Amino acid sequence: MVGCRDVERYLGEGEGRVHVLRGVALEARRGQVSAIVGPSGCGKSTLLYLLGLLDRPDGGSIRIGQQDVLNASDEERTAIRCQKIGFVFQFHFLLPEFSALENVILPMRKLGHLSTDAMRDRAHSLLDGVGLSDKDHRLPSQLSGGEQQRVAVARSLANSPSLILADEPTGNLDVTNSNLVFDLLTRLAKENGQAVVLVTHNPDIAERCDRRLLMSDGRFVD
Amino acid sequence: MAMSLTGIVFGVGFFVVTQAQTSGFESFFIRTILGTNGAIRIEDRFQDTLRSMAAAGQTGGSGFLISQHESRNYIPGVQEPGMIRAELEQFPSVVAISEVIKGNVLAVGVGQRSDPARILGINLDDHLNASDLEEQIVRGDLEAFRSNPNGVILGLTLAYRLSVDPGDSVVFETHGERRRYRVSAVYETGVTDIDRVWVYMHMTAARSLLRKPHGVSYIQINVTDRERAPAEARHIEMVLQHNAISWQEREKVWLEVFRALRISSAITVSSIILISGLGMFNTLAMVVMEKTKEISILRSMGYTRRDISSIFLWQGMLVLMAGSVLGALLGAGLTYGVSNLPIRIRGIFSTDSFPVDWSLWHYVAAILTAVVVVMFASLIPARRAARLEPGDVIRGTAQ
Repeated sequence: MVGCRDVERYLGEGEGRVHVLRGVALEARRGQVSAIVGPSGCGKSTLLYLLGLLDRPDGGSIRIGQQDVLNASDEERTAIRCQKIGFVFQFHFLLPEFSALENVILPMRKLGHLSTDAMRDRAHSLLDGVGLSDKDHRLPSQLSGGEQQRVAVARSLANSPSLILADEPTGNLDVTNSNLVFDLLTRLAKENGQAVVLVTHNPDIAERCDRRLLMSDGRFVD
Repeated sequence: MAMSLTGIVFGVGFFVVTQAQTSGFESFFIRTILGTNGAIRIEDRFQDTLRSMAAAGQTGGSGFLISQHESRNYIPGVQEPGMIRAELEQFPSVVAISEVIKGNVLAVGVGQRSDPARILGINLDDHLNASDLEEQIVRGDLEAFRSNPNGVILGLTLAYRLSVDPGDSVVFETHGERRRYRVSAVYETGVTDIDRVWVYMHMTAARSLLRKPHGVSYIQINVTDRERAPAEARHIEMVLQHNAISWQEREKVWLEVFRALRISSAITVSSIILISGLGMFNTLAMVVMEKTKEISILRSMGYTRRDISSIFLWQGMLVLMAGSVLGALLGAGLTYGVSNLPIRIRGIFSTDSFPVDWSLWHYVAAILTAVVVVMFASLIPARRAARLEPGDVIRGTAQ
């Protein structure tokens, strides 16, 4: 289980300082897909990055499993990200110099639990799962937007994380590809018992999630 | 990055070749000097004068004595060369000993042309062991000198000025007396001050001409390890109570000049490496700015700050390794090329091609300079990359 309580976050400095999150609480369970929706600038992505340990809150607590990670060192947070968290961003953020297969291997290489052959086999299997087994050698620039995002989904699952965080994963895709990517993400997460928290502006996608959380002005509203 | 690599290659290459040249000149100079004057020269006996103060106690049971070195009296030359030679032979580091007697004369050649000259009376075999005289002969031969008690060996410049060749006669004038000798051979050290003045003569003939029936002017010796000559000289001086001067002390001025040249060229050429380092710094700093998104993605996957800085350090390291290897090869090639350049140098030594010194230390120094520059050039961008906060970057890009 991954969750946060009473999370406060300010961004900016001086007169431009903005109170982005105001005492937010959230709990994500394995096998459950939660959607955070709300207007732009309400703090959705900020909350996602706090849950993904890419940022530190100004107050409150964040738990990954039984561990409170609020005061964890940078090394501990990095290790947790490697083992327990997978990210899918709006823009695929694949490394352009590496093939699809190599992009999927990157998280596994850092974790270091598998041999080179085993990493390649797993990457093949993940790319097969997102329907790209025949394009694993291609560079990101040789893939379509939908295909790139499917590689990003495969990459997020590489280390079998317990939490997948997706920041508008379909925001840059057409309807067909949006549905394809969303279906893949939710199917694979449910099959593997992973908690998924996604931020979206797409009401159809939000409707299809197990849980829909509406955020406004840094708070969840009913 | 290609420009930085090129800079490192040329920097390392030029560093090596300039060091090879300056060290080559220095080594050649030292070889010439050692081959002419030997490693240590022993001359002038000295006597320490002591100032002593003594007092006795009232009961006679106590008292004190203070002795203090006040000055030295020097007695010119070596009065007992046989005894000194016997002592020197006890030193395991001494490999050659040559007694020399010297005196100034006026040399008169063909057409009554006269020039001042310095006679050096030697025992030929001893002196051949303690010098490179044999290799310095450029005309005539040593056997003609050996077989003729009145033979002399002239320096090339003096022979030219007196217009004499081997087989000609030359007159030396001193103490109001003129004596004729036969030119057996002509030598060339390349050192103008020597080649213009020094004349080698058999010891017996020199004693007679210079009217020095006893003693010698100095003793020239060679030692097993020329670098230890100063220590050996101090030891000899202490034991034999004669002034002993090592080649390092004797040639201090020239050696300092060569050292200054070597340092100066190293600094000049290091600037090429430094500029390449600045280029590399700029390139890596740009790469860090361009790759902030990729860096943040890697960080989000669990790559640590150290992993990120390692990527940039490795980039620098690859440039360094390639630059060092190619630069060393370039340096070796240039050194070889320079060593074959025809050049005639006379004055402080004699050579007809560029003297170069092949030393591993030149390559080590060049590569170490490149290592320091490249490490600094890549360390700063690498640290900057590692400090990037992935949340800030992704949020900035995503919004």
